[in-house]
Parts: sequence; C-alpha cells; structure tokens
Amino acid sequence: MKIPIYYNYRNLLARKLTTGLTVLGIGLVVFVFSGVLMLAYGIKKTLVATGSEDNATVIRKASLTEMMSYITRDQVSIIESQPEIARGPDGKPLVAGELYVLISLNKIKNGDAANVVLRGVGPASMLVHSGVKLIEGRMFTEGLPELIVGKSTAQGFQGAQLGGSIRFAKQNWRVVGIFEAGKSAFESEVWGDVNQMLAAFNRPVVSSMTLKLADPSKFTALKERLEKDPRLSVDVKREKEYYADQSYAMTSFIKILGVVISVIFSFGAVIGAMITMYANIANRAKEIGTLRVLGFKRRNILSSFLVESILLSLAGGVVGVVFASFLSMKTISTTNWDTFSELAFGFAVTPEIVAYSLIFAVVMGVVGGFLPAVRAARMNILTALRAE
Amino acid sequence: MKILKLAIKNAGRHKLRTGLTIVGLAVAVMAFGLIRTVIDAWYAGAEASAPDRLVSRNAVNIIFPLPLSYKEQILKVPGVEKVSYAHWFGAYYTDPKQFFANFAVDHHTYFDLFPEVIVDSQTLANFRSQRNAAVVGQILADRFGWKPGDQVRLIGTIYPGDWDLVIAGIYHGRDKTTDESALMLRWDYLDETLRATVPVRAGYVGWYISKISSPAEAVRISAAIDSMFKNSLAETLTQTEKQFQLSFIAMSGTIITALRIISYLIIGILLLVLTNTMGMSARERISEYAVMKTLGFKPFHLVQLIADESLFISLSGGILGILLTFPMASGFGEAMKYYFPVFETKPQDLLVAGIFALCVGILASMFPILKATRVSIVDGLRSIG
Repeated sequence: MKIPIYYNYRNLLARKLTTGLTVLGIGLVVFVFSGVLMLAYGIKKTLVATGSEDNATVIRKASLTEMMSYITRDQVSIIESQPEIARGPDGKPLVAGELYVLISLNKIKNGDAANVVLRGVGPASMLVHSGVKLIEGRMFTEGLPELIVGKSTAQGFQGAQLGGSIRFAKQNWRVVGIFEAGKSAFESEVWGDVNQMLAAFNRPVVSSMTLKLADPSKFTALKERLEKDPRLSVDVKREKEYYADQSYAMTSFIKILGVVISVIFSFGAVIGAMITMYANIANRAKEIGTLRVLGFKRRNILSSFLVESILLSLAGGVVGVVFASFLSMKTISTTNWDTFSELAFGFAVTPEIVAYSLIFAVVMGVVGGFLPAVRAARMNILTALRAE
Repeated sequence: MKILKLAIKNAGRHKLRTGLTIVGLAVAVMAFGLIRTVIDAWYAGAEASAPDRLVSRNAVNIIFPLPLSYKEQILKVPGVEKVSYAHWFGAYYTDPKQFFANFAVDHHTYFDLFPEVIVDSQTLANFRSQRNAAVVGQILADRFGWKPGDQVRLIGTIYPGDWDLVIAGIYHGRDKTTDESALMLRWDYLDETLRATVPVRAGYVGWYISKISSPAEAVRISAAIDSMFKNSLAETLTQTEKQFQLSFIAMSGTIITALRIISYLIIGILLLVLTNTMGMSARERISEYAVMKTLGFKPFHLVQLIADESLFISLSGGILGILLTFPMASGFGEAMKYYFPVFETKPQDLLVAGIFALCVGILASMFPILKATRVSIVDGLRSIG
C-alpha cells in the first residue's frame, strides 16, 4: 500500500521556514535556467518574425549578410525580370533593391554608441515587407533627407524620435515617421530613401534585393535559375531562413553559457534540498518507525520521501518559472554578433521552455532526495521507534 | 576563545549536514568566481590596450573605410610618432561559423606599433618578402593545425573569392592579456587584388593606429586629427585604444549585465542554504540555549556562539570554493578558448567572493540569534525541537 501524498504535503507545511528556503533555492536556479532559455528563444523569435514565408532574399555569393553584399545595376535588371515575382497594384514587380549600412547612434540610457542598421528602401519595400506599418508621423518624401525610424530604435537612441535629426554623410536627416513591424528586427532599424542614400554615401550599387513571390512553392526553381546564371554571382535564400540564420552565434553562446552556469548553480540547490530532506528524516524517525509497524514496506518509505522531495522541487520549479515569465514584459537590446548591429527583443516563453524548466526542477528533487530517502527506508524499526 | 571552540564543536555535531553545507557554499562561490572570470575575459582587449596608442576610424561607423591618403596627413600632426593601419578582412576558413579575427595590415609598420605582439625576425622577414604571407597567433595556429610554410585558403565574405595565403610564422603574446587568436595578412595584397577586380574599393583602410609621444597629449592629438578631416566625405573619430576597445564591449553590455545579475543570484542561493542549516541547528538547540542562559551565559555569549559557527561554515565553504575556482576556470577557459582568447581569474574576483561568503555567514546567523536571545528560559527548556 502506498503512503498518501497528503502526508508529504502536510509535512512540508509543518516546517514552513525550511520548506520555504529550499523552495526559494530551487526557484532561483529554475529562474536563471528558464530566463536564459527565454532570452535565447527571444532573439530567435524576433529574427524569424522578420522574414516572410513568400519572400526571397538575394545577396552576393558568399556574403554572409547584406552588409557584405552588393548587387550591380545590370544584375538588378536581370533579377527584376524573373517570372516568379509577384506584381503590385500598379503592375510593377514587387522587388525591393535596398542599401544596407550601419551607422553609430548613442543610446539614451547611458550614451554608449551602438551600430544601428540604416536601410535605404524603395517604393516597393513597404509592399514587400508587408508587416511594416507607420504608427506616428508620415512616410519620408523621396528626394529629401528624411527618415522613418523603427519603434525600438526610436525608444532607445538619441535623436531618433519624431522630429529629431540624425547626422551622417555630411547631412542632417530629419525623422518624420515611426514604424512598427510585428516585433521583428526591422523595428531596430532606420529607413530612408534608397536613392538619396546611395548618393550621400557615394555608392553606385545596392546591397541586396528582396523579392515577393507570387507562388512561394516556385522558390526552388527561382533559386536554381539565379544561382546558376553565369551573369550573376548570387546566393538566393528564403527570407525567413536568411534572418533565422542570423540568430545562430548569439543563441548558441547564450545557451551553452547559460546551461553550464545553471548546472553548476543547481548543485547549490540540490545540496539545499538534501540538507532539508536529511533533517526531515532525522526529525521524523519515530514516525517512520510507526509507519513500518503499521505495515508499510521499505519501498513505500523510499518512494514517499522521494515524492516529498519532488513536491518540494516542483514547487520551486513553479516559483522559478512564474517569476521568469514576468521577464517577458521586458524588452532588451544588444548587438547581434552575426550582423554586428543592435537588435531589440523580448524574453519569450514557450511550452517547451516551461516543460524543460519543470523537468530540470524534478531532476534536482530526485538527485537531492534520493540518498535521504534511502536512509529513511533502511532505518531499523526498533531504533527508529526509540529515537527522541 | 572557549566560545569559538564550542562553536566549532557545534558545527561538528551534524557532520553530514555541515559537510553538505560547506560543499554547497563552495560550489556557489566557485560559480561566482567563474562568472566573474567570464566578465573579465570580455574586458581583456581593453586591458591589453596601450595608453599611447590612438585609433582613428570613420565617424559614421567602423564599417565605412578611410582613404589611404590620410596616413601622411595624420603623421604631420605634432605629437604623432608613427602611424600604421589595418583593415577588417572578415574571411573564414572552411566553415563560416568558426569565427576568428583576421585583418589586413601594413607590413612595414604594423608590428612596430604593437610591441606586445612578439614576432621573431624570420617570421617578419617572410612576411615582408612574400606578398600573400600571413602571421597567425599561437591559439589560432593550434586550432586549425597550421604550421609556418603551410598554404591556407580563406574564403572571403567582404572581399569575395578564395584567398590563398602562406603562413609566414606564428606570433606570441608578450602579456597574458594579449590575444593570440588573430590572423594578419598584408594590406597591399588585398589592395592589389581589389585594384584588378573591383577598383572602386581599392585604396581604403579600415582604421589608423597612431603612436603618440605621451598619453597626456591624447586629447589634444585626437582633436587635431579629427579637425583635419572635418566636413570631408570621410570624417574621422579618434579615440584612445582603450576607448576604442570599450566601445565594442559596450555593444554586448546587456549580456554582461545579465551575467552580473546571475552572479548576485548565486550569492542569494549561498545565503538560502546557510540560513536553512543555521535555522535547523538553532531550532534543535533552543533548550540548550535555555540551559546556557540558566548557567549564567549572557545573550552576547549566545550571539558569539551562533555567529562563530555560521562564520566557520561560511568561510570553510568560501575558501574551498576559491580553491576550486582555479581548476574549474582553466577547464572552462580551455573549452571556450575560441570565444575567449584570454581567460584568467583575477585575485580581486576571489577577494569579492570571499567577502560575500563572510557577509553571508553574518546574515545567516541573524535569524537563529534573534530566536536564541529572545526565547525565555522557561519556554526554551520546554521546547522539544
């Protein structure tokens, strides 16, 4: 017969301080563990949201990002004439040839300089990147030194607010609009007229081209034709994959470091749980003896104390996950190592992260509770009953 | 003294519990030391910088280059002794995800400005005599198994194509903080190739490094250099080498802040574990405390007794943790050496860890002290633990 879980539950409540401290210890570890996973996932989610399923990105062969890429004018016209490209309301192909450079802006918070993406966009860009919407001000006027700024950049950088001005390439550029883009990486960028910018930076060519496909299933055909074309020397990627790839360095670094720290960290909490369980058993020797006299087997005692330890750690796991999920209200921003530019993102929770965190907590409970439970199960009935 | 002896005896009453607590504290202190070492590793580049070197880059952003012609103009600024230049090359070897620093440098002057980068005369002679030569750091050479004389093909990202280089030799760092994981190739090799393929991109460098006569002149000289190029298409921003390095570190400021927060949470867990242990002991010994009070021990004796025990445990854990930090950090540093070329635990990190252990010892004894001193003799004697 099994010892009811209610017995363990009452026992944990009986010693509130010890239980509370142990739960808090495990909670802290789970908080860090799930916080780190949420951070890594937040970066990935933001970048994945940036690309659309039905867009293709064209960059120069072997360039890893748009920053290193350039596409010459004769190549532009070849790419524009591909039949898979969707057409806009005016009948023109939905192709955005864009200039991509970095400028240094200072953060409002501490004045530190950071690299911000400056994207020169054309008339088709707003249709190709369909998630982008102006929320304040107006669109820039073609031919004028005007900019529209992503929401995150406007919140974080000096001079990037509506009516502000940003200086580069011997000119002051006025901020006339703020846009949002479904929490994607575009919200960390600054956009202006591509022709104005090419002239200002004295550049003859655009960096990349983004094409909207009429039928996304034709992507492979388009990719093969463009990549094999001897007049071009380009890589064609699905926009979604192109952006998702940019999360690689950051997320793998954060995951490796975070998991190593959490595992080392968890030793502290496991030992805390062990101390608590050993003390529980020492204090309850008489009870254990009584249970044995009543006919409960050694294995019942073992599983009962293991269950108690798991309950303890699960409570810690829940505390940790609940506090970690409050982090998702916070937006943070850092330089993405793959693009060398500032990226704003949030902590993001997924069911998997919650599950991993609770499993991690339960593992801590099992590891911490096993030896004490064995000791309880091996107690001699007579000595246990005689204990004070 | 007697009280201290009694406190240590008390700590030995539950050997398993005390032992576990000490191990728990040691692991936490070690984790703290490790995270602090990771943070230090970030700042290694800034620490390694010399106060008498200035770096000039394009004011808009470092990704924009500067014309080669600036070199002669910068040399004319009073106080500037030598000028060299470098250009970020950004190529990779076989796998783009295996990042390493590689840049094109002026083969005549670059190593003169960096005395902490030790290049033997044979290597330098090879580098200067062969156009496609490259000098690599020891860590990088070990990583890819490169030896002097090897042919190495890098794949360009910023400058497309395959770049066949010959390893002229291996450089070593003079100091522990010198990065030994970079590759330097010749700028003139890059430039001549560009002149033949993409002539508009030729004739540019990434940044200038100036050696100045005295660090005290840094502000004046920086301003003088920048004012020369004001209102040109490529305005400059001149900083000391340290500021230049710190500006890169600041870009990862959020990650560093997160690591700092985690290191404080670790101190939190230290406190929880020790408070739990001390709380248990105090609860079990309430009747003893009452007996001691009856015998005439004053409250401050009890305070001393409990605090001594708590400090004994926390300092044992702290010292063990500090000792464990060294093997742990060297193992971790070995595993992460491509991320952190310089990975050294600093004495001040361990000192901080020790101070935290001490504070935790004091804080953890507060609650049991309150309980022991407040309880009345009658209640204490009645208590059954």
